[in-house]
Amino acid sequence: MAKMLTGYNAVAEAVKACNPDVIPAYPITPQTDIVERISEMVADGELTSEYVKVDSEFNAASTAIGASAAGARVFTATCSQGLKLMSEPLFSASGMRLPLVLAVANRSLSAPLSIWGDHTDTFAERDGGMIQFYAEDVQEAMDNIAIAYRVAEDNEISLPALSCLDGFILTHVQEGVEPFSEEELSGFLPQRDPIYTLDPSNPKTMGAYARPEHWTETRYTVHKAQLKAKDKIADAVEEFADIFGREYGLEHRGLIETYRAEDADVILVALGSICGTIRYIVDEYRKKGEKIGIVRPRVYRPFPVEELNKVLEDAEAIAVIEKDISLGYQGGLAIDIKSAMYSTGSRIPILNFIAGLAGRDVRKDNIRKMVEQTKEVRGKNPEDVGFENEERWDSLRTEILPGDDEL
Amino acid sequence: MTEDRFKHDEDLFCSGHRACPGCGAALTSKLVTEATGPQTILSMPTGCMEVTTTPYPESAWGISWIHNIFENSAAVAGGIETAYKSFSKRGKEGYTDKDDVNFVVLAGDGATFDIGIRSLSGMMERGHDVLYICYDNEAYMNTGIQRSGSTPMGAATTTTPAGKQSLGEDIRKKDMPSIAAAHGLEYVATASVAYPEDFKRKVKKALEIEGPKYIQIFAPCPRGWRHESKNTIKIARLAVETGLYPVFEMENGRITNTMKVKDRKPVEEYLKVQGRFKHLFKKEGGDEIIDYLQEVADVNAEKIGF
Ligand SMILES: Cc1ncc(C[n+]2csc(CCOP(=O)(O)OP(=O)(O)O)c2C)c(N)n1
Ligand SMILES: [Mg+2]
Repeated sequence: MAKMLTGYNAVAEAVKACNPDVIPAYPITPQTDIVERISEMVADGELTSEYVKVDSEFNAASTAIGASAAGARVFTATCSQGLKLMSEPLFSASGMRLPLVLAVANRSLSAPLSIWGDHTDTFAERDGGMIQFYAEDVQEAMDNIAIAYRVAEDNEISLPALSCLDGFILTHVQEGVEPFSEEELSGFLPQRDPIYTLDPSNPKTMGAYARPEHWTETRYTVHKAQLKAKDKIADAVEEFADIFGREYGLEHRGLIETYRAEDADVILVALGSICGTIRYIVDEYRKKGEKIGIVRPRVYRPFPVEELNKVLEDAEAIAVIEKDISLGYQGGLAIDIKSAMYSTGSRIPILNFIAGLAGRDVRKDNIRKMVEQTKEVRGKNPEDVGFENEERWDSLRTEILPGDDEL
Repeated sequence: MTEDRFKHDEDLFCSGHRACPGCGAALTSKLVTEATGPQTILSMPTGCMEVTTTPYPESAWGISWIHNIFENSAAVAGGIETAYKSFSKRGKEGYTDKDDVNFVVLAGDGATFDIGIRSLSGMMERGHDVLYICYDNEAYMNTGIQRSGSTPMGAATTTTPAGKQSLGEDIRKKDMPSIAAAHGLEYVATASVAYPEDFKRKVKKALEIEGPKYIQIFAPCPRGWRHESKNTIKIARLAVETGLYPVFEMENGRITNTMKVKDRKPVEEYLKVQGRFKHLFKKEGGDEIIDYLQEVADVNAEKIGF
């Protein structure tokens, strides 16, 4: 039965249905409400997980790692500064092939301090071997938790997974969702059944140190597991659709979703909730007979390179609109999309719009401007657009910037 | 892996590891496994013992062992213990009952006093059923003898070298057992590799207690302290006999047992057999540091009562 739920409530409901053994928790805005809601469930006996009130995100990740190595199903949630603090243990969790599921309520990183949302926190963890899911709405944020568990705990994958939802924009908005119970989930998400545990009945050494003759192969297997996760995500999303009737990019193996992109001349690529706004604009242009569409990666790592190439190859111009900036270059998603497209020999111009950093509104008008700019470069070669022109900062307040020589 | 070199026989900490001859930490590791027995999961941070005992694909450990990173072994152990709490409560199959598993950390002084103190403090505060053992070799040995919060005043390390303007470490040693006790621990103890039976008894006693426990064991490092390998035990004994490293048990914040020292020796006897202190005997001002260390020993004797 559909229910009105905020994003944090929906994530907490999903976690309850997945019924982890161990939940180490630490607050940080705007994630806090997730672990608060879970603590209420535990306080009321609705959930029998061990809830560990840790001293920091660093030890939330570390506690989760210990529990996962023991064989437990674990959950924790964080974002921003907290995710940074988890970074070191999380990288080692992937190297040790320990499945963990984290909800990340995406938020900007200091400095300056800001509690508002963007994707700079999770993009900074890109190379750590964690699977990264991005939700567009509350329902998807909820469903991704179950999908993340199924993929992360698959013994062929066995990796940490970040289930990302935009801070405030999704965590604190109410939407009508279809929750699922532990019972309803049982056919989709089996109990965790690890190959190796630390049980003293069969002693193991975990986390040994590797010399150059073994290190590369260890990381290579993590890379292979990441790539294999694409197949597992495809299976999971398909089965999820069979059981629950909700479809997430089935025709693109659940890795990306498209909206009116099939015949589009101009394609906008973006992650997460911003796609809700972009849909309006696409419909608006379509009404006018202009062929605009959306490609939305649901998964950022593993990177859905084949799926993206396939849906982008016939566009005349592409705009990557993202809430990230790799300071000193461009947005992380644009860098990856260019690498994916241009390595196929494609010469489609790709503009990169840096937008919505630290919760700055991206309104319909901003999107319209981006579409107009992208239309202008249709049919041009990237070199004609010019490298400096590829990266554009949406609604940059030049009036408050220091002078050029003070920058 | 069934090759002979991967066999463990009865030993839970076996030979073939890469620790130096006379390594106090390796001796500690052996004693720990003898005291805990096989029903144990050991969490160990990055450090000398970790790298010398687990060069993949080999392992010196016959008990379940995990290393994650340098500063989180207490939280990792807490996570494991919590998982077993859940398994036992939920009746999960394939796992030993929580009451039949010893959850133990074995960590260096750098991992304990400095970078991992948050993890340790949190674990103790939350009351995890974990025995935390710190092998104290008074510096970061794995990375080449840099000072830690445990390095004693006057010791030369690679980051506190003796020099024209320096007499080695100029900060006093942190009092970790008191910090542990301040968390309200039922059991805190110190020990020394010179008294292995005493240490093993303390480990066994600690494991009988439900909740967090802390034991700190003095473990000389021949390489880092600049002494001959054959002198490890002698130096460990001298540390006790001079009063510089008191060996005691503290239960619920009160000292309940101390190793008595008859005719306390002057600290010089301990200092002069180690290269890390040799400048104290040669350089101007060295005598003041020696006096300070003598005072530390005297205060220990008075406060702890031996
Ligand atoms: C976050 C981090 N900082 C620094 C290091 C480098 N490092 C590895 S072991 C170590 C020192 C270990 O000292 P201690 O805990 O006393 O153990 P010991 O080597 O003396 O046995 C250091 C500094 C690291 N691995 N991780
Ligand atoms: Mg040390």
